[in-house]
Amino acid sequence: MASQLLNETGRATTASRTASAGAGARRTRRPWPPAGGWLRLASPVALVALWQLLSSAGALPASKLVSPAVIARTAYDLVVTTSPTYGTLQSSLLTSAERWGIGFCLGVAIAVVLAVITGLSRVGELVLDPVVQALRSVPLLGMLPLFIVWFGIGELPKDIIVLLGALFPMYVSTFAGIRGVDPRLGELGRVLGLSRRELLVHIVLPGALPSAFAGLRLSVVSSLLALVVGEQINANAGLGFMITTAQEFLQNNIIMVCLIVYAILGLLADWLVRALERRTLAWRQEFTS
Amino acid sequence: MSGTVPAGQQAASVRGLTRKFGDRVVLESLDLDIKPGEFVAMIGRSGSGKSTLLRSLAGLDREYSGSLSTSPPVAVAFQDPRLVPWKRVQANVALGLRSATAVADAGSVLEEVGLAERASAWPLTLSGGEAQRASLARALVRSPSLLLLDEPFSSLDALTRMSMHRLVLRLWERHRPAVLLVTHDVDEALTLADRVIVLGSARIAFSAQITARRPRDRNDQELSALRLRLLAELGVVAGPE
Repeated sequence: MASQLLNETGRATTASRTASAGAGARRTRRPWPPAGGWLRLASPVALVALWQLLSSAGALPASKLVSPAVIARTAYDLVVTTSPTYGTLQSSLLTSAERWGIGFCLGVAIAVVLAVITGLSRVGELVLDPVVQALRSVPLLGMLPLFIVWFGIGELPKDIIVLLGALFPMYVSTFAGIRGVDPRLGELGRVLGLSRRELLVHIVLPGALPSAFAGLRLSVVSSLLALVVGEQINANAGLGFMITTAQEFLQNNIIMVCLIVYAILGLLADWLVRALERRTLAWRQEFTS
Repeated sequence: MSGTVPAGQQAASVRGLTRKFGDRVVLESLDLDIKPGEFVAMIGRSGSGKSTLLRSLAGLDREYSGSLSTSPPVAVAFQDPRLVPWKRVQANVALGLRSATAVADAGSVLEEVGLAERASAWPLTLSGGEAQRASLARALVRSPSLLLLDEPFSSLDALTRMSMHRLVLRLWERHRPAVLLVTHDVDEALTLADRVIVLGSARIAFSAQITARRPRDRNDQELSALRLRLLAELGVVAGPE
């Protein structure tokens, strides 16, 4: 009995020792390369510095590519003064952000609902999946003229094009996530007597999350692309409108400002999704780190 | 088998169970009774239908003919611990419990299996032995009348397996569920069970009661004799080389 006790506690201490040794090693082995944070900005900043250098040296003619300094100046002017053509940069940004927000949220929500239906029911898959797959392969750009005929030239066609941009990647990934849930966990659910709803909440949906997050990040990018396209047609406000108008007046600096704002938007959105992912998938994070 | 206890009072009762996969007969008109509180070990070579029988008893396979009854609740611990990776250990144990005290119950069972301080850990951070103990806790918390163990120790190292054997015996002695342990390890069966059955050619080829007191000495005469017999039944040549 005593030896039995010794044996078991012996095992326990070994286990905890390895655990703390692992933690210690993680602490001291941190330095290189550091995970994320501000250091992710290093390479973009270096690139911009090089660009400015080449512009100042005259290697990059301003007629082709304006320098970062000029772009910064233009951005500043667009923010502090109200131009008769463009309004202010921030109001354009707000208009674009609103379109993107509406379209993106609706697109993601619809995608998740569709994926749950097709992912869980063979009938749902049979009925809905071919339609979604067919629509997915139609280029958004090609649909634009039809959208104008169907939905007019107001906000609706722009929202819908963003919605579609967000919908397809999210749908495909969430569907794959649901179908990819370990069937042995489904078996476990049956053994534990889980109801259909409990199975969905505790096993299927959390199991599909990693894949759904990958889809969400793709959706951010593709819906922003859709926004640019949608805004260049028949808009009178927003970033896309600024680009189209600046193109007519050959104002490359303004085009550059808008493109950079798009890029920043994309980065911000991606960062948000990643932060959300880190929180939600903590069970995986601890394992992989 | 005795057959003296009415079927309704058995922890598990199987009559004429036949299961085919295509043309292959895996189990053929098999009869088996497990008394309440009895610890039965089932051994057999791989492909002998051990796991198929266990899956039928667990309600995971209904493609059989014949009759089968179990007295609920039935709990299962699988070969792989099958913890849900996105639920902490305690939530895993409490999964599917509907009582108001589910979480507290899960906590006290975790204490019983010596895993109290890992209650809030993520399953992916557990060692193999810890994961298997959590899986055992999840089965026990349901206070099963019938506990089905599907080779739960086969992927553990020898030392961990020995301490798991002691743990299982301790828990069985305290809670007294009927246990059906599927294993391919003759010594595991001899250490733990009241009765050993050998599955071969789609039916029960051999069955023996073990009377030796626990904790058992590996070199006990009864056990040594039975070991040779079991190895012979399994078709393993047990003579000197």
